[in-house]
This record gives sequence, structure tokens and C-alpha cells, in this order.
Amino acid sequence: MLTLETLRLTQDDFTLSADWQVPTGGRVALIGPSGAGKSTLMAAIAGFLTPTSGRILWDGADITNVAPGKRPVAMLFQDGNLFPHLTLAQNVGLGIRPDLRLSAADKDRVQTALDRVGLEGMAARKPATLSGGQQSRAALARVLVQRRPLLLLDEPFASLGPALRVEMLDLVADLCRDTGATLILVSHTPDDARRIADSVVVVDQGATDAPVDTEAAFANPSAALSHYLG
Amino acid sequence: MAPRPVALNRGAMIRGWPGRSAALALAAFLLAPLIAILWRAGGFGSLSTADWPALRFTLLQAVLSALCSAALAVPVARALARRRFGLRGAYIALMGAPFILPVIVAVIGFIAVFGRAGLLNSGLALIGVAPVSIYGLHGVVLAHVFFNLPLSVRLILQGWQAIPAERFRLVALLGADSASAQRLLEWPMLRQVLPGVIAVVFAICLTSFAVALTLGGGPRATTIELAIYQAFRFDFDLGRAASLSLVQFALVTLAGLAALKFGTLGGPGAGFDRPVARWDLTGRGLRLADALWLGLAALFLLGPLAAVIARGLTGLTHLGAAVWQAAMVSLALALAATGLTLILALTIATARRGWVELVGMAPLAASPLVLGTGLFLLIHPLARPADWALVVTLTVNAAMALPFALRILTPVIAGIETDYGRLADQLNLQGWTRLRWLILPRARPALGFAAGLTAALSMGDLGVITLFADPERATLPLMVWRLMGAYQMQAAAGAALLLLILSFALFALFDLGGRRHADP
Amino acid sequence: MRHLAIATGLFIATSVAAETPVLQVYTYDSFNTEWGPGPAVEAAFEAECGCDLQFIAAGDGAALLSRLRLEGARGEADVVLGLDTSLIAQARDTGLFAPHQVQAEFDLPIAWEDPLFLPFDWGYFAFVGQVDGPAPTSFAALAASDAKIVIQDPRSSTPGLGLLMWVKLAYGDQAAEIWADLADNIVTVTPGWSEAYGLFLEGEADLVLSYTTSPAYHLIAEDDASKRALPFDEGHYMQVEVAAKLAATDQPELAERFLTFITSDTFQSVIPTTNWMYPAVVPSEGLPAGFETLIQPAKALLAPPDQAAALRDVALEEWRRALSR
Repeated sequence: MLTLETLRLTQDDFTLSADWQVPTGGRVALIGPSGAGKSTLMAAIAGFLTPTSGRILWDGADITNVAPGKRPVAMLFQDGNLFPHLTLAQNVGLGIRPDLRLSAADKDRVQTALDRVGLEGMAARKPATLSGGQQSRAALARVLVQRRPLLLLDEPFASLGPALRVEMLDLVADLCRDTGATLILVSHTPDDARRIADSVVVVDQGATDAPVDTEAAFANPSAALSHYLG
Repeated sequence: MAPRPVALNRGAMIRGWPGRSAALALAAFLLAPLIAILWRAGGFGSLSTADWPALRFTLLQAVLSALCSAALAVPVARALARRRFGLRGAYIALMGAPFILPVIVAVIGFIAVFGRAGLLNSGLALIGVAPVSIYGLHGVVLAHVFFNLPLSVRLILQGWQAIPAERFRLVALLGADSASAQRLLEWPMLRQVLPGVIAVVFAICLTSFAVALTLGGGPRATTIELAIYQAFRFDFDLGRAASLSLVQFALVTLAGLAALKFGTLGGPGAGFDRPVARWDLTGRGLRLADALWLGLAALFLLGPLAAVIARGLTGLTHLGAAVWQAAMVSLALALAATGLTLILALTIATARRGWVELVGMAPLAASPLVLGTGLFLLIHPLARPADWALVVTLTVNAAMALPFALRILTPVIAGIETDYGRLADQLNLQGWTRLRWLILPRARPALGFAAGLTAALSMGDLGVITLFADPERATLPLMVWRLMGAYQMQAAAGAALLLLILSFALFALFDLGGRRHADP
Repeated sequence: MRHLAIATGLFIATSVAAETPVLQVYTYDSFNTEWGPGPAVEAAFEAECGCDLQFIAAGDGAALLSRLRLEGARGEADVVLGLDTSLIAQARDTGLFAPHQVQAEFDLPIAWEDPLFLPFDWGYFAFVGQVDGPAPTSFAALAASDAKIVIQDPRSSTPGLGLLMWVKLAYGDQAAEIWADLADNIVTVTPGWSEAYGLFLEGEADLVLSYTTSPAYHLIAEDDASKRALPFDEGHYMQVEVAAKLAATDQPELAERFLTFITSDTFQSVIPTTNWMYPAVVPSEGLPAGFETLIQPAKALLAPPDQAAALRDVALEEWRRALSR
């Protein structure tokens, strides 16, 4: 379970507060206008931004001061999720061991993960030779081998077409189901949220409320949500 | 609560203590000799009345040289940034050659073109124009531009290539012409980059001595470095030498601070050697202007080099075994110095802090004579200085090349951190692993360029070896010097050409090696 | 740091085994090169002394003295070879040197009596030019002519300092005027002899300040008779190069023996065609063929050490002022 305990984030003159929980295996969509602080909240959970006050806990353990790479977190950014100078196998392998000293079993895992996301036979390719969708798949393959219980998606599929985006979201949903991972994703479209998330958090004007069941949220939108949905 | 370990301070693990310790070690390496001299002298000496004109001239020539180098480098770098032509890579590489020539050799080559009996005046005589004299302040500045134009061009070119191609595309979409592109994209970049370029060239010219005196035409052209020389060997006034050396450090620090205030010392991160596609350059006039700038720069830089080559060719066959042995010593030293410099530069470049960058520039201000004498005072009570000749030469050469390596690497590494730092943090790439899998492969072209420059500089640097002279193992520059001192001008010219060839080969090998097969 | 470690390991010299006595002779750089006197002198002395003669080179004469001062009494040098007359007063005042016992009949144009410093060669400074070039016969004539000259900076070069003393001795209080008159003849002032001579050979100047013996190098080593030194009516300033024994030597007998060797035919016969100077004691076989073509100045000028030291700073300031205008 992820706990944001009276969390307060400050960036320049922008502040954001959060005080809620996500149950293990939960799938939460952060929804709200641009600049509302969705990415700021993600950065704090991932460890790139130190909270001004409050704590972040995972299964009761305080991770507020843990370095990003040591948190139980895997994260995909809007872009730059792959190192262009490394092959797909290496990029995925980094999710197992950062020093890339992979055992035969590790290499099998990399191969299996690549197969799982539909990139059979592309292990030796470099990212520049792949399409946008293939690059997203490769990044997902790495998430798969990272085996982190908490997955953060900061709009990694924003640049993909609608069909491809839906495909990726389904793939993410499958992965979460397979691994039992908890998911938090930033979303702009209610459709995406409906498709993958079981609850939504509306981020607006520096405040966040606790997650609300997705269907209920859209059926009875709060003032902030209806303002956002327009 | 314990202090927060990371928090947006990406790459904290490799940015922290190693870089700061390397910078501190470097500062100690530069200051300890000065302290040793002060201790021996019993304190600072007072400056003499003749030192004030020297200070004035030093500042004047260094400021003028820096401004002229930067001003001339802008059009050349712009032409290189926006034009593609067949030998562009070779052109960029060749442009580095004057920078890596030993001073005495370059001066002779320079005078062969611009001197009283040089090509220029011979040409002018043919068309009945009165000869122009190269000796005077203008000659000093011109020679310093000759040495420093290539470096300035390379640094400014980095700035141009760091402007993302999309921005030029955007400017093109807005229907802007080249003048607007300049105003919108190029001026802001230049305002960031030029202060650093000017500061570096200023610092290099500050310690000039042989070039300033020889081309300055007489005691008017006395620099602080010559005053230090005089204090050491003419007056044996160590205290005054130390004071003068401190003046040099102070001036370079001021220049560095000014550069930090008005721009950056590090400059922008660079995509290397990729001409940016441009849509605002259709005019025939622009094309002609670019070609003209490139042609003039080539003529200016390659003329004296051609003279060095022409003079050396016959001498090349007269080289004795001692010269070849010296060449081997110099090669080994250059490679070792390159390794040391790169290690230091990588550690310091990852610690991006103002004071660390200032320390990185400090070796430019170090008077070789003060450094050498101080090290001698430190080593002499403990060991035979001659036994340490090569170690000292190697270390000093490495330190002297460090400012250049840092200028090349710091912005590139900063760019890598900006682009991939979060991803690397997320994947827990820290320390050596981060270096191995992120920094080294992505910084390869910059590393190659830095290694090439360091190796070439170490080949050509006479450094401090004279006080430590090891009778058995002379370096190649020392050999050139000795040959010249023994009337053997032809053999000296040959040895100088050998030095030029080896320096340039090292430079080209590293530089091209870094750029070849580099990932986008 | 691996590179450094390797370099250190490779290059640290091993000291010579203790049985053979070692004589360390500090000298200037060009003395101990393959074309300098060093190798022949080393071989000849080692053949008779049963010792290991080690030359340690440090820049030029002035750098040599600076180094000895830096080392002080803790220095390893037994003998220094290559100080010159302009440095003798300073060198004497350091108290680092011990008297020698060597007796010799010196073939110098001047009388030599010095308890510490023993001459090993000498020469006259002179302007050197092409045989078919301008040939003024005095500083006054040179200043009046439009001949172009390259000279060395007295603050960084031995010949440069020699020229300074030359003009001062020849013209006394009028030295400053001579310098002012010479200003338009001076193409440039170089830090050292090599740059000046290099520029002269490049054709940058008609004349260069060097030695009367310079044409001998071109004649003997290159079979080129196109260079000549110009005799000046004022006389020519001399440079006498000397050797001395360090007071702190741990090999006083060996050092004395080497000083004696310096005046021997063996040593002296090496000097003319390696150091391109006159031997302090002309060897029994005389001077090498070619030396007879050199000019013989009518008058030799040399300021005694104390006078030289006293004149130096005044003359330098005159020079600096006259040429800074």
C-alpha cells in the first residue's frame, strides 16, 4: 500500500498537498489540467523531489529519504525512456542489474520480457531503429524485469496514436494483472482513465483528494472534475 | 532527520566528493609550489617600478588577443556550423594544429609568413606595396589570435551545434530570415558562450612570454611572465616572483568570475560535428561570405604551418637516434598525461559547481617557472629532482591541459545529465556503473576531442622540465630547443616537424576515434 | 592513476652502485648534448679517474646558478661547469663555492686571477651577418645605418646581458643615447640566443648578436663561408665561462682532479668544435682549421665581476627606458 501522509510539495511558488492512500494492486489515474501538479506529484513519489513536509510510505516503511533507484518504484517518463547508445537487450537488462553483469538466467528473463511485449528478434537493435510504439514496448519490457511493486507512468504514450495508445494501456493493464503491481498514471483523457484505472485522483489548484472509484467519479463529477471535463 | 540524499540533485553519487576532492587536489598542486617558494623567500616580495608597465602591457595584450580571437572566431564558427562541404571534418581537425605547436616553432613559422622577409611582404613587394612590420602590439595580438583562433572556433562551434535543429525549423516556419535567426537563436547562444571563450583566451595570453617579447619588438612588450623570469634568474628574488605569480592567479580568477557572471564557463552541451539543417540561408551573398571567412581562416592558420612543414622536410632526414628516443619519451608522456587528465576532468566535470570550475581554470594562470621551481623546492629535500623529471613533467602537463579538457567535457556531461539523469537515477545507475553505461558512451566524441587536445598539448609543452632535466631522457620539445641552441637549425626544423606530425597524429587519432561510430 | 604509477615505476632511475665514486657536474643544457662537449669529456675523464662522471644539465648559465641557490648547501653537485663572467659576483656571494688549487697558463686576452672560478673557454660577442650584407664598424655606425639587427633580452639571455655590458663599458654615460639611436635598427628582442639566431637565418635581420666564433660553425660544420662577424672599433665584450668546486662536495679530491682535467689538452681540444668557443688553454695541436679566419678584435672589454654587478642594474634600466619609448 502506498501512503502519502500529509505530504506537501513546493516548487518555486507552487505548492501541492496530498494525504491519501492507494491499496496494493490499485490502479489510479491522476487527472487534471496542465500545470496542476500531476508530474510534480509523480516526481515526489519517484524520489526526484523532496517534500517540504509529510512522508511517503510503502507498506508502512518510510521511503521519503530513499534514493530514486532504491525505491520500490519503476517509472516511465514522457520521453527519453531508453538510452539511445544501448541495444534493446541492454536497455532492458539495466532493469535487472545496473552494471549489466547479467547471468544466463538474467538474459533469459530479458528475452522473455522482450517476447512478452512483442519485440521478438529485436534484442540487438538500438532504439533509433524502432518506431515509437516499439520503443514504448521496449520500455515496458524493462518495467517488467524490474519487478517493482509500484509503477508510475508520466504520459509515456502521449505521442502515440489513439489505437497504439490503447494497445499500450492494455499491455500495461495485463502486466499489472500478471505482477500484481500498483499503478499510478497521469492521464489527460477520461477514456484512458476509464480503460485502465479503477480509481481517479483529481489534481487541481494545488489540492488533491483521495482516489474515487472511476465510474462513480465520472458519473457524478466533482466541481473540479466537471470544470476540467468542460 | 537525516539530510536528504538526492532530491532533484541528479547524479549526486558521482557528483559529490570525488569531483570536489579532485578539484582540491589540483588546487593544492598549484598552490603548494607557490607556498614552498614563499617559505623559502620568507614572504612576498614587493613589485618593482618596472613591473607596473609589465602588468599594463600584459593586460592590454591579453584583453585585445581575447577579444580579437573571439570576434574572428564567430564568423568562422558560424560558417562551419551551417555549411557542409567535402573536407569539413579535415578542416576542423587541421584548424587545431597551431594550438598544439611548440611556441618557438610556431613563431618561426609565423614569421616566415608575416615577417620582414616573409611571404606576405615578398608578395607586397611584387606589387610595389611598402612592407608591413609584424613587430609591435599588433604582432603580439595577431600571433595570439593565430594560436587561439582554432580553440575559440571549436568552443563557439559547440555552442552553435547545441542549438536544437527544431528551433531553426521553427524560425523557418515563422518565415524568418537569417537576420531574425541571428537575433532569436544565435545572439542568446553567443552571449552565453563568448564570455567563457574570452576568459580562456585571456588566461592563456596572460602567461605569454616568448611570443609577446619576440613579436612585441622589445622591452615595451614585457609581460608579467617575463618579469617572473627576470626575478628568478636575473635578480634571484623569489619573493617577487611569488608576488607576480599571485597577480597572475588573481587576474585569471577575476576573468573566470566575470565569465561566470556574464555567461557560463562551461558553455552549452554539444552535439558534435553535425551540421545543423538550416532554412534561413538561401542567399548567394551569405554563401559567399561564409566561403570567404573559411578561406581566410584557412590561409591565416595554414600558411605558417606550411612554412614549418617546408622548413622541416629536409631536416627530417638528419634526425639522430637521440631525437627518435626523445620522440618515444614524449609519446609515452603524452599518453600518460592524457590518461591522468581525462580521469581528473571526468571527476571534476561531474561536480558542477562554480568554484570547482574556477579551480579547473586555474592551471592557465600558473607560471610554468613558478610551478617548476616550487616543485623543485618541494622534491629536492626528499629525492633527486632528475629522478622525478618525467613524473613532474607528466603531472604538470596533465594539469596544464586540464582546463581545456574541462571546457570540452563539462557542458557535454551536464547535457547528458539533463537528458538522461532521471532515467539513470530511476534505474539506480550510480558511480562507476553510471560512468560506464551512460557518461562514457554518450560523451565519447567529447572525450576523444579532449584526449586529442591533451595528448597534443603534452607533446608540445616544454613545461617545467628544464629545472629537473634528466640527462638520459629528453623530451622532443627540449630536443628541438637544444638543437636550435647548438646552431643545428636544420635538424631542429626537422625535429619540430616530427613533433608537429606526432602531435597532430595523436590529436587526429583521438578526435576522429571519438567521433567515429559515435551514437547519435 | 594507473598511468602515473607505471610512469613512476618506469622512470625512477636506480642509483649507481656505491663502489665507484660518483662526480656530479652541473652544467648548462647545451654542454651535455650529443653534439656538445659532454660525451667526449665524460668518456675521457672516466677513462682516467676510475669514477662515474655524471653531467646534470639545467637550462643556461643563469638557470644553473639559480638552481644551485635553490639547492643551497644540501645540493649534490660537486662541480659546476658553465657559469660566466656576468654571474661570478653573484655566485661568489652565495658562499657555495670552494677555492681550487689548479695552476694553468691561460690563453685569455686578459689576466685571470680568481681563487674560486676556473676558466674553461671564452669568446667575444659580436654582430654576425652575411658576407655580402651591411658591415658597420662601430655601434655609432650601426646606429646611423639602416641595418636591421636582432638582439636578446638581457633579463633572460646571456648574450643579451653581454651586449648590455658591452655598450655600457664602451660608452659609459652615453650608453643610453646609443641605445636610443639603435632603437630603429632593432627588429626585435628575443628571450634567448636560439630565437634570435633562428630569426637571423630566416632573413628577418641583417645582423644578429652572437659570437665572433659563430662563422666558424658554418664554415667547419656546414662548409658555408657566407657568414662573418663584424669587428667593432669600440672593442668587443668578452664572455669567459668558468667552472668551480662546490664547498659542500663529498668528493673534494675528485672535484679538484676534474678541475685540473678541464685545463688539459684532452678537454680543451674538444671545446672549439663542440662548444664553438675559444679554449681557455690552447691545446698543443693549436686551434682547428677554420678558426684562423675569425676576426681578432683589437681590444677586449670585460668588466671585473664587482664592476659588472654594480653596472648591471643601471645599464638595464637605461636599456629598458631607451627601448620602451
